[in-house]
Amino acid sequence: MTDITQHELTNQPSRLKIIWQSDFGYTFRKSPVAVFSCIIVLILVMSAVLAPLIAPHNPFDPGTLNLLNGFTPPLTPNAFTGEEFFLGTDDQGRDIFSTILYGMRVSLFVGFSAVLLAMILGIILGLIAGYVGGWIETFIMRVADVQLTFPSILVAMLIFGIAKGFTPVEYRDQMAIWVLILAIGLSDWVQFARVVRGATLVEKNKEYVQAARLIGRSGAAIMLRHILPNVMSPVLVIATISLALAIIAEATLSFLGVGAPPTQPSLGTLIRIGQGFLFSGEWWILLFPSITLLSLALSVNLFGDWLRDALNPRLR
Amino acid sequence: MNSPPLLSVRNLVVEIPTRHGVVRPVDQVSFEIQAGEILGVVGESGAGKSMTGNAIIGLLDRPARIVSGEIFLNGDRIDHLPLAAMRKRRGKDIGMVFQDPLTSLNPLLPLGHQLTETILAHLPVSVIEAKKRAIAALEEVGIPAAAERIGAYPHEFSGGMRQRVVIALALSAEPSLVIADEPTTALDVSVQAQITSLLKRLCRERGTGVMLVTHDMGVISETADRVAVMYAGRLVELGSVRQVLTSPCHPYTSGLMGSTPLASKGQKRLHQIPGMMPRLGNLPTGCAFSPRCTYAQDKCHQDLELQLDTCDGRAACWFPIGEQEA
Amino acid sequence: MTIVKVDHLTRFFDVSKPWLNRVTERLPKRILTAVSDVSFEIEERSVYALVGESGSGKSTIGKMVVGLLNPSEGHIKIENVNLFEETDPQIIEQIRANIQMIFQDPFASLNPRWRVRDVIAEPVAARGGEVKGLAEKLLEQVGLSAADAKKFPHEFSGGQRQRICVARALASGPKLIVCDEPTSALDVSVQAQVLNLMNDLRDEFGLTYLFISHDLTVVQHMADRIGVLYLGRLVEEATPADLFENPLHPYTQMLLEAAPKIDGFGRDLEPPQGEIPDPINPPSGCAYHPRCPLATAQCKSERPELLQTKEKTRRVACFKAEPLSA
Repeated sequence: MTDITQHELTNQPSRLKIIWQSDFGYTFRKSPVAVFSCIIVLILVMSAVLAPLIAPHNPFDPGTLNLLNGFTPPLTPNAFTGEEFFLGTDDQGRDIFSTILYGMRVSLFVGFSAVLLAMILGIILGLIAGYVGGWIETFIMRVADVQLTFPSILVAMLIFGIAKGFTPVEYRDQMAIWVLILAIGLSDWVQFARVVRGATLVEKNKEYVQAARLIGRSGAAIMLRHILPNVMSPVLVIATISLALAIIAEATLSFLGVGAPPTQPSLGTLIRIGQGFLFSGEWWILLFPSITLLSLALSVNLFGDWLRDALNPRLR
Repeated sequence: MNSPPLLSVRNLVVEIPTRHGVVRPVDQVSFEIQAGEILGVVGESGAGKSMTGNAIIGLLDRPARIVSGEIFLNGDRIDHLPLAAMRKRRGKDIGMVFQDPLTSLNPLLPLGHQLTETILAHLPVSVIEAKKRAIAALEEVGIPAAAERIGAYPHEFSGGMRQRVVIALALSAEPSLVIADEPTTALDVSVQAQITSLLKRLCRERGTGVMLVTHDMGVISETADRVAVMYAGRLVELGSVRQVLTSPCHPYTSGLMGSTPLASKGQKRLHQIPGMMPRLGNLPTGCAFSPRCTYAQDKCHQDLELQLDTCDGRAACWFPIGEQEA
Repeated sequence: MTIVKVDHLTRFFDVSKPWLNRVTERLPKRILTAVSDVSFEIEERSVYALVGESGSGKSTIGKMVVGLLNPSEGHIKIENVNLFEETDPQIIEQIRANIQMIFQDPFASLNPRWRVRDVIAEPVAARGGEVKGLAEKLLEQVGLSAADAKKFPHEFSGGQRQRICVARALASGPKLIVCDEPTSALDVSVQAQVLNLMNDLRDEFGLTYLFISHDLTVVQHMADRIGVLYLGRLVEEATPADLFENPLHPYTQMLLEAAPKIDGFGRDLEPPQGEIPDPINPPSGCAYHPRCPLATAQCKSERPELLQTKEKTRRVACFKAEPLSA
């Protein structure tokens, strides 16, 4: 065992290089869409993660806010204070650029966590359904089918509503983000489960699984150690595409006012706030968060599309 | 005396550009097939035998392409025909039988439909006449109650019956050449015997030339008139079946014969060819077989062009077996 | 010493449509009999081969012997232990360690995400045994190098992968290895290497093989005793010498006749009649009677038992075969 880990450690620096030079890396390098969308995603994710360092203001520290700065248009000095803001300010004088960076943090955090939850749930249920079969499979997959008949945003709202009902009022704002993750994650596990079940059905009849059964490996060991690594590539593809969908779902919920609270605004919340000012001429409050959301979702989606093609040549 | 050959392939080279460089799955292959003759093409996987067949019929998958050489069918050059002209020739002049009978039939169309369509596409006959011919073709390949089963779908037939249908399909437009790519590999022994004897009978009766691609020496021995042995994209030996199988000239042919359990009656150990087939992108210089060859000498490793000119023009080898002593 | 005793083994598969379809479409249940009343014994350190065409039930028997499938009727005893009835976990564990299997497809039988070292050591690691250096030692024994242990399966050719499978099968120090078509996915020259390796290992480790194959020539080369299966029934059992020189059952005779011969130049054989029947509705009496040239009324109504012949060295299930001992 120590042998293997040591080997992996010494191999670590060259890993990336190996991937870069593999066929996979080659198709990546040769696809402008993949490279472009990957760069956009990286820039957006990095700027969200490093928001406290990049952002010129902290939009949630009331002490730094100056109400006189309210409604400053982009790249124009404020009439009262003379301060200039890259993307303008909102009604309370908050820097839009900074709120976007902080909002993206919330959006991405909710998106990643929700997909992770959906993925773990879907993988476990899908593996069990595919490997064990019988009435357990029927039960899991019928539940999945029933859930699929409802629009996932409706399911998320339902879960959100129920969860909110159980949370004490004073914790509601703190818990909102976690409830959001739970709601989106639970509404999204179905497609993971379906894909994993399908792939498991294929893999479990392969002879390496029979060889493991012959040795006397337990079902759990076969599922986790043998089958799981071989069903991960479609899961990764779905996870990427789901990430885009989860970010949009979060934005939708927040836009509808059932998502992230104004104290922790996500991109969706910012868009909801912004649309109130659209007809009074303060277009920048709505436009910039919307563009950010669009480019984030689009580039993640394009990258996921490319990933699907690269990992499954038959779908091309 | 010698009638012009039905099919003549001269110095055929097929290349596939990959990102690690250009590989040549078919390299300087030349052979001829006379009318009514069955030429067996043997070799192990990766030897380029299927690729040669696909090149002749114009079905190379991109990015593989013919880079040089000439292919003549009945005296007409067919290697660089435009797509539409080649499509017409395919089926009409060249029939094709693939390994897997299930995938070479459209599962959603009745057999009769597929047959009459092929006949109509290539022969100037009426629909009624085409249908008659389709039934006749099915009867000829031994499908019982052909008239009733003409409306049946491929899945209603067994593997052997399906392969018969595929042969009927390949022969329906009365082509002068049939390329059969591993036609019996997916079939059981008893069905294989039925299919090979059917193929033999039909070709003899009609004077059709056949290029029979297979890895099975036994099938070659029983079916083919002449045999071409391929190794790493090159032709290493070409001669009459009896000669090549009983007294092989090229060390590779000899090794291949020795390693078939068929030929090693009573021996405890089978003959082993040392090493393994080189990858196409990584061929040795000189004779491709030289690193595995027990007879190899310095000349074999030099970058010299080998021709089918030793052993009475049978083998492409500097030091063929049988000429060792001389 | 008998290591495997198979007694009246039968296996059904329910291939009916789902319950709801059966009720709405008024379909009967469809039961496929893959193996029907098969009995044989395997001597320690011998090679027992099962031959048959597709649908003969040979792989199903193999899976039941290793314990991947339960028998529907009859039982299998390995070293006098019936794995399906034994309750003592220690004995089960011990017997299981004594059985291993080599599969047909070397591309599907190795987990593509595992390093070769972990693949080979798994049978031992699963039981908590010491695995340090084990994979390296075994790799060298099967003709690969110890440095290959850290590679992944996709870095190997088909023949090398099959060697890795052999190494995995040897890891737990088994007595019996069930080989399910171990070389049918391989090229002839590679097949020779693997068969030779298996023969060497058998001598070295005192192994017993249950060798399952459709290839008569391979079976003739490898086996000490051959069982011929037809439609899930054992129709004949004899030593290779007896079987190939003097086949008694008409099916065996047909099979041997139909198999391609390496020296059968241009042989024109009478192709065998008929096809393998549907195992869901097998023929009454002797399963071979619809294709058999010798069939009588008795063959249609009564199933012949597998009985010993006079010489007591072979068994055959046919009324018309040579005189039987009662």
